[in-house]
Amino acid sequence: MINLYSLREFRFPILAECISPDLFQGKNRKEIEELKIWEGNKQKSLSELFKVEENRKEQQQDETIITIHGDVSKLGRIGVHMTSGEIAIQGDAGMHLGEEMEGGKITVRGNVGGWAGSMMKGGTIEIHGSAGHYLGAPYRGSGKGMRGGRIIVYGNVGNDAGAYMKKGLVKIYGNVGQFAGLRMRNGTIYVEKNCEGRVGACMTRGKIVVGGFLKSVLPTFTIESIKKKVKIEENEIVKGPLYLFLGDLTENGKGKLYVSKDKNPQLRNYESLL
Amino acid sequence: MELLIKNGFVYDPINGVNGEKMDVAVRDGKIVGRVDETRAKKIDASGMIVMPGGVDIHCHIAGSEVNTGRLLRPEDHFKDFERKTSKTRSGVGRSIPSTFTTGYRYARMGYTTIMNPSMPPLEAKHTHEELNDTPMVDKATYPLLGDWWFVLEYLKEGKIEECARYVAWMMTTTKGYAIKIVNPGGLEAWGSGRNVNSIDDQVPYFGITPREIVRGLCKVNKLLNLPHTIHVHTNNLGKPGNYVTALDTMKCVEDLASDNKPAIHITHCQFCAFKGSDWRTLRSGAEEIAKYVNNHSHVTLDMGQVIFTDTTTMTADGPFQYTLYELSGNKWVNHDVETETTSGIVPFRYRRKSYANAIQWSIGLELALLVRDPWKIFMTTDHPNGGPFTSYPRIIAWLMSKKARDATLKRINPRARNRSLLPSIDRELTFYELAIMTRAGQAKALGLKDKGHLGIGADADIAIYNINPETTDPSRKYKTLRKAFKQASYTIKRGETVVKNGEILKHVEGATMWLDMLVSDPIKITDEIKRRFKEYWTVEYENYPVTEDYVEVSHPISVEADV
Repeated sequence: MINLYSLREFRFPILAECISPDLFQGKNRKEIEELKIWEGNKQKSLSELFKVEENRKEQQQDETIITIHGDVSKLGRIGVHMTSGEIAIQGDAGMHLGEEMEGGKITVRGNVGGWAGSMMKGGTIEIHGSAGHYLGAPYRGSGKGMRGGRIIVYGNVGNDAGAYMKKGLVKIYGNVGQFAGLRMRNGTIYVEKNCEGRVGACMTRGKIVVGGFLKSVLPTFTIESIKKKVKIEENEIVKGPLYLFLGDLTENGKGKLYVSKDKNPQLRNYESLL
Repeated sequence: MELLIKNGFVYDPINGVNGEKMDVAVRDGKIVGRVDETRAKKIDASGMIVMPGGVDIHCHIAGSEVNTGRLLRPEDHFKDFERKTSKTRSGVGRSIPSTFTTGYRYARMGYTTIMNPSMPPLEAKHTHEELNDTPMVDKATYPLLGDWWFVLEYLKEGKIEECARYVAWMMTTTKGYAIKIVNPGGLEAWGSGRNVNSIDDQVPYFGITPREIVRGLCKVNKLLNLPHTIHVHTNNLGKPGNYVTALDTMKCVEDLASDNKPAIHITHCQFCAFKGSDWRTLRSGAEEIAKYVNNHSHVTLDMGQVIFTDTTTMTADGPFQYTLYELSGNKWVNHDVETETTSGIVPFRYRRKSYANAIQWSIGLELALLVRDPWKIFMTTDHPNGGPFTSYPRIIAWLMSKKARDATLKRINPRARNRSLLPSIDRELTFYELAIMTRAGQAKALGLKDKGHLGIGADADIAIYNINPETTDPSRKYKTLRKAFKQASYTIKRGETVVKNGEILKHVEGATMWLDMLVSDPIKITDEIKRRFKEYWTVEYENYPVTEDYVEVSHPISVEADV
């Protein structure tokens, strides 16, 4: 168990690739303090920004747990490429949290910036606040979306959540912006509350479940049936009734879009097509 | 400024020096016979290889096409970036590095002269702006002239001399170096959504054939006494069965060659050495092409080797790029450049496990190893089409070590492995042959008199690699070889040490070479030409030429033409 306490309020963006259980593994406090970190255009050592406190009393040699205290919303790229262990962030976190992570767990008590869980392959990210745009989506221009793992957000999420997703699960218990599941190829996205629109644009496979209000479904989706319930994952079932749409036809897609029937009376005219 | 490189194993094929232990003396940026040993700065190159600076005959490094590729692919840059240092500027990489980074990376590998092969004349200004910003290396660029309406019109009427005058004008106007022909006729046809499928197909509207274009421009090239031959990207590039077209293109200028000099350069030959009727039956046509090239002296080739990596393909061959988009389903750009050419860009990933890609990988190496004379085939990846230029050390390892080839062969698609000719080829290049394929041969083919050799009077562009040919067997220790060529111990540009052990010591500007054509009867810019400019182009004639002050470090080469 390693605690990091921020020594001051950060003004400049910080690239915190070094904060990762894989890199902390097997290092003593001094070695951790000497890890290099970029603040703005200056390279510094971790100890100049954080007080490092080691607590190895508990027998947790094989799993490194890092807890970050203080506001680290300027810290980008925390836990990139991590394969095991755990990071707990007590406040907000910055962009690119857990990019390309392969395993382990990241928990954030506050909000996170954009590209959280971008291109991730495994592991879990749990965000108790809200997340920015491009949740689990690849970097701009790239088609390499999420390939596994789970992202759970208890707050709201911006646009392009789960874009280009190939495998994995994104659960959002708040509202979501536009273009959720853009060009998704497989995997599951669940939104408990409302969606701003254009859900599943250009999707070819996979499953998107909208439990709240969705003003309109893209015209390139066709209604298939009304389902009583839909399974999100083991032990989690959303009860309906839900409209099931298939699309996106512009891409000859067979993606499944479930939209709550009760919350969306404006979609009732689709029923005449059944 | 004097410099003495002591005790290196020198490989200088143009002067016939094969690994002899000797000193190389430099004064004021030129190679000289000897210098005053007490005053000169000394570099101890004992146990190292000394070669002329590398020359790359074909790499897309500047211009609107390359820049559009950069814009299209943010994901290509974000994992590979270089921070600024006190000597160098920041930049991004990978398959299409930014201009400064391109220069630094070439210099780190010991390259000092590079050629940008496709410049639409309309985009000449943009290309020269980017070349100005490519430091550390000397460079030149080839204007695309194979589908220019003026050329097509004059060739149709059979006015070769008139055509030559226009080509000479264009060469000086755009500050170009050689005639580049891409898919002759096909690009013009692409303007109306068509293509040509053989060198005897008619080009719509103009009514001439690719054969006539290639032959016409080959004659023009000869009339103008240009230092390089015509630089041809064949028709049907990237289509299975196209090795026949490549052979036809070589054959069609057979009678135009004289005094055993090359008359045509077929570029990135790997992409036009496909046999078979479709992608599933794709086979290598390298044997046939190598056989032809071995028996004829009028052709030079470059490899266009494929590397198994993610890269960005970009050519002026619009129809081919469209086919590639349809194959890959990737994002794409396709563009028509007014009266001159087309262009296209598609990101592409060459995969080991893909049958077609593995065959392509094999074809490039087969060509390089089956063509017996290294003066006829040069090492390129057609950067970035086959892979970024930074993978040259890997190709060097494959060429010099059968063990390296076998190691990669083990990992490729098994069906492709069974069909590859590589297991039957035992040839391993020597350092001498490598020096020909990577510098001497390329400089000779380009007609660069001061580059690619270490004779007295040559430019002091020198690369020193930390590998001892007496103690290291490159065929067994191919990883050491790869490491040595990845990072030159020293790169010397015009007598100055600019790179030491992969670190840039000094930022120097390289010169842009261009041809100053001396024509006895140059074309006059009449109102008729201006009218055509008004009619055909979106720019006025006045804005078209690249003036000499546009080129920051200008190095004109005067060429006296026969017209």
